[in-house]
Amino acid sequence: MNALTFSMKHRLDQRVDMSPLVCNELEGLTHTEIAAIELQNGKSKIRVDEVFRIKGSDAQNIVIEGSFGKLDFIGKKLDGGSISINGDVGAYLGQEMKAGSIKVNGSTGIYAACEMKNGYLEIKGNAGDFLAAALPGNKQGMKGGTVLVKGNAGERAGDHMRRGTLLIEGNVGDYCGSRMVAGTIAVMGKTGRYLGYAMRRGTLLLWNKPELSATFNDCGAHTLAFLPILFSSFNKLNSKFAKDSASFNRVQRYGGDMSEMGRGEVLVKI
Amino acid sequence: MIINGVTIDETFAEAFGMKATRAIITAQNEKWAMISAQAMTGFATSVIACGCEAGIEKVLDPSETPDGRPGVAILIFAMGGKSLAKQLETRAGQCVLTSPTSALFAGIDEGVQIPLGKNLRYFGDGFQIAKKIAGKRYWRIPVMDGEFLTEETTGRVEAVGGGNFLVLAQSQPQALAACEAAIEEMRKIPNVIMPFPGGVVRSGSKVGSKYPALGASSNDAFCPTLKGMTKTELSADCESVMEIVIDGLTKEDIDKAMRVGIQAVCDLGAEKGILRISAGNYGGKLGPFHFHLQEIMA
Repeated sequence: MNALTFSMKHRLDQRVDMSPLVCNELEGLTHTEIAAIELQNGKSKIRVDEVFRIKGSDAQNIVIEGSFGKLDFIGKKLDGGSISINGDVGAYLGQEMKAGSIKVNGSTGIYAACEMKNGYLEIKGNAGDFLAAALPGNKQGMKGGTVLVKGNAGERAGDHMRRGTLLIEGNVGDYCGSRMVAGTIAVMGKTGRYLGYAMRRGTLLLWNKPELSATFNDCGAHTLAFLPILFSSFNKLNSKFAKDSASFNRVQRYGGDMSEMGRGEVLVKI
Repeated sequence: MIINGVTIDETFAEAFGMKATRAIITAQNEKWAMISAQAMTGFATSVIACGCEAGIEKVLDPSETPDGRPGVAILIFAMGGKSLAKQLETRAGQCVLTSPTSALFAGIDEGVQIPLGKNLRYFGDGFQIAKKIAGKRYWRIPVMDGEFLTEETTGRVEAVGGGNFLVLAQSQPQALAACEAAIEEMRKIPNVIMPFPGGVVRSGSKVGSKYPALGASSNDAFCPTLKGMTKTELSADCESVMEIVIDGLTKEDIDKAMRVGIQAVCDLGAEKGILRISAGNYGGKLGPFHFHLQEIMA
């Protein structure tokens, strides 16, 4: 079966809620039924076939061609299957996704992977602010799964993150890992100001020495046994994280944020 | 059946269903992994008084261990799931957590999950850190030499305990030499342990005793010094009997271990003073697993 492919006919002026177009919702539907699905577009609704040409039939393997930065909620509550996107995407990519994989051949807007529960999300370009964070007012961000960003991530990456792994090959903005509850964020590039601000628990794994607040205390240099296991779990990823040269087990450990619970850690490669 | 002058008795070993798990202990080097494994499997020769039967299954190359360090795989067997879990946790806490540079991992993924480091984590007094990596949960517990890393649970599976055979020889040194040869070969078989000291037991038991408080007592039919005083199983030229007990994850694993063990004994043959191979059973009424010696060696 060919992948169920949605090719963008033309770019719309208003933002589009793409949440109905996920594998678990489209399974068993005919092209006619899919074409008749209504998507929220700004204040109005439009049919899918007004925006996309539909080809293929495998609903477990969805491809979105010609995507651009106003397509929001792609892969929302995805519960298995895969979605590949060529182009940029808007906000809330993979929000609350439970299983399956999403791959974006472009950059994303704000709140990608927010409150994600499980599965795999890969962003080839850059990610906007609040990557893997909690929605405003909510207390738990990403709760499981793996997010890989090959480019840079914006501010507040991993805000309120609860569990799971966030891998960023590039740089991150300010407040990375802020209010983090648990989980792992690995950053190969540079980090901004206020790293781990008010983090309770969790691990920030860094390749470059960060600018740390006074509320993070140096715990010394250590060889940690869990790091080789963590790195070996990245082996199958299409990423710099999978390379043997990326692996290390010797780190400088900083504990914090002491203004909060103080059970978090920043591990910096030595 | 006679192999190289050694008589294989037409009898069978009788074994019981047990619960088992495997744990992998790693350390900075093989020496310390082995020290930890020996401590964890110490005083675990028989469920009669030790609570479990445990032994070292094999030494693992760094490429075979979860953390890429030298390691040792151990197997623990118990009569019930609760007693297995208790023994595993107690031994892990006192023998592996305490052992310098050690880490502890599950050796069996399937089956019922029982705590490995799940409760040991509280030793961290709130400083312990959980890490879920590739679907498995690990605990990092701060200890004085750095961090103790342990997997949260390990898998418990159905297993078989009490496979055995007896080596009857003309002298004690010859019986021991034959058992040593057998154990050397049997240790190459995966999924089995020989829980007694050095893999060999010299005090095989029978069910019951003249003393009501005792459930088991010396197997007088195979005691050479009693040949003229009891209903003996021994010929006049037999001066020593030793037993090898095998616990395995499956009946087939024990079959294999018994085969290579008996073969190693028979390779020494009558020329080295080996007279017979026999086995311990209770008439077939107590244990559901029967290992017929002649079928195994056929």
